Amino acid sequence: MFVLDFEKPIYDIEERINSLKHMAEEKGIDVLEEIEVLENKKNSILEEEFNNLSIDKVIKLARHPNRPYTLDYIKYIVNDFTEIHGDRVFADDKAIITGFGYIDNQKVAVLGHQKGKNTKDNLYRNFGMSNPEGYRKTQRVMKLAQKFNIPIVTFVDTPGAYPGIGAEERGQSEAIARNLYTMFETEVPIIVTITGEGGSGGALAISGGDVVGMLEFSIYGVISPEGCSSILWRDVSHSIDAANAMKIGAKDLYKLGVIDEIIKEPLGGAHRNYEEAALNVKKFIVKNLNELTKLKKSALLERRWRKWRNMTTQLL
Amino acid sequence: MALFKRKKKEENKWVKCKNCSETFYVEELEQNHWICPNCSSYFRISAANRIKITVDEGTFKEFDTRMTTKDPLEFSDLKPYKDRLKEAIAKTKRKEAVVNGVCKIDNEPCVLSVMDFSFLGGSMGYATGEKLVRAVEKAMKLKIGLVIISASGGARMQEGILSLMQMERVSAALSMLSKKGLPYISFLTDPTTGGVAASFSMLGDIIMAEPNALIGFAGPRVIEQTIGRGLPEGFQRSEFLLEKGFIDVIVERKDVPKYIGKFLRFFSENVKK
Repeated sequence: MFVLDFEKPIYDIEERINSLKHMAEEKGIDVLEEIEVLENKKNSILEEEFNNLSIDKVIKLARHPNRPYTLDYIKYIVNDFTEIHGDRVFADDKAIITGFGYIDNQKVAVLGHQKGKNTKDNLYRNFGMSNPEGYRKTQRVMKLAQKFNIPIVTFVDTPGAYPGIGAEERGQSEAIARNLYTMFETEVPIIVTITGEGGSGGALAISGGDVVGMLEFSIYGVISPEGCSSILWRDVSHSIDAANAMKIGAKDLYKLGVIDEIIKEPLGGAHRNYEEAALNVKKFIVKNLNELTKLKKSALLERRWRKWRNMTTQLL
Repeated sequence: MALFKRKKKEENKWVKCKNCSETFYVEELEQNHWICPNCSSYFRISAANRIKITVDEGTFKEFDTRMTTKDPLEFSDLKPYKDRLKEAIAKTKRKEAVVNGVCKIDNEPCVLSVMDFSFLGGSMGYATGEKLVRAVEKAMKLKIGLVIISASGGARMQEGILSLMQMERVSAALSMLSKKGLPYISFLTDPTTGGVAASFSMLGDIIMAEPNALIGFAGPRVIEQTIGRGLPEGFQRSEFLLEKGFIDVIVERKDVPKYIGKFLRFFSENVKK
């Protein structure tokens, strides 16, 4: 298990609770009181620490190796999910998952970045960094969703689109651009959830929907804090300054009108309770799906145009 | 003092080619469309000069001239963004990295947006995006074609997420334009990278490029760092993109108006006025 430095006190207390429980079982002593004291202590640390996390800690949580990824959310939220593969042109991009299933009784198409759970898995998933094929796969699925009138839900969690020779040869910019365009034109409701790292154009490529929600310890930005630091400060050591300056946390983005909703995470972060995290995401999706599926196509598209047409205009 | 002044004025008339280091009179370069008479390499040019060599003389009517950014993030790196903006405005006499106008090119009416690389690297902030969206809307209102000439390093980091959002905004507007059956010609000049390449630049009905322009999603240095080796010769240049199938045609500077005019005419004939 991977534990961040600022999570350590919590895990230490949990360990003590567990050993107390173990002892109680073995020796038949009553430890309920001690456990209650420890639980209270744990919760107060969690609340204090997590209610006002500094951006460097939020970044660590957003990139936490144990954080739930798209396939985890699918497992908890989507019934009868069938993954479909390939862009029909070049390859199947393992950094992006697409498929169909049900949320409660509502049919949905699912698009999401997928990171790996360990080194081997990460190599397979290219660390959640898609090549053009990934974005052409999502275009294909969006067109299918449109054809059969199926709402789309997306899960966004990528460091960014992959910067490689092959990616450029096969038109990374065209693939992302066409995705932005296709998503805007797709005549079904599109609900976006930023679940971890919303990294630049690679994230935006599946984020141009009708409603954008963001998990409270996720980040979303135009460039990674490290990238911004190395360009503007000419040195990667200013990444926290860069993160603060760029405003990449959910609260700031909500204030700027870039996201519509902040989705609560379980105490201590989504990785501490997948089920609860997924339930919160599901509530957000279902609520918005119910509202958007009521709209006529023309009203939905008009609403979408207004949303994107006016975004950031109020800041002028 | 007088002597010094005259000398400075004289110096301003000379420009050095970054490729072959030869120096030339400004007038000589201007007449040669800012192409080096010695080595034929293309100079990067300002929006004003671009308009001068592209648009029918006297037809350019600029709009949205005063639109500018307000630094909503109050961004500061080694220098406050406000100071960088002031410098850019003073240097270019422009308020944003894009110039909008209605004009004629090769006698064809169109809305033209020209990015200016000398304004913060042509980077796209939220006012840049707003101007581009308004250019699309103007084309829809006037029922004429749209031409965007890109010259940009990509999104403007000092505006964080706000600049990223412009990629979707301009792409959305272009989708509206397309539904009206109006043509959009995208012309890529050196450089067109990052968030500008990965949005409206690559969405033209026709995509033209200048010879040897750097065009790509990721910057060459980022790719080199990621893959840990050097890049092939000519990588991410116009000729490379043409070969890979991502642009329609590479056009010499002097032929640009003719090409734009042809495409605008060709695609506008059935538009109901």
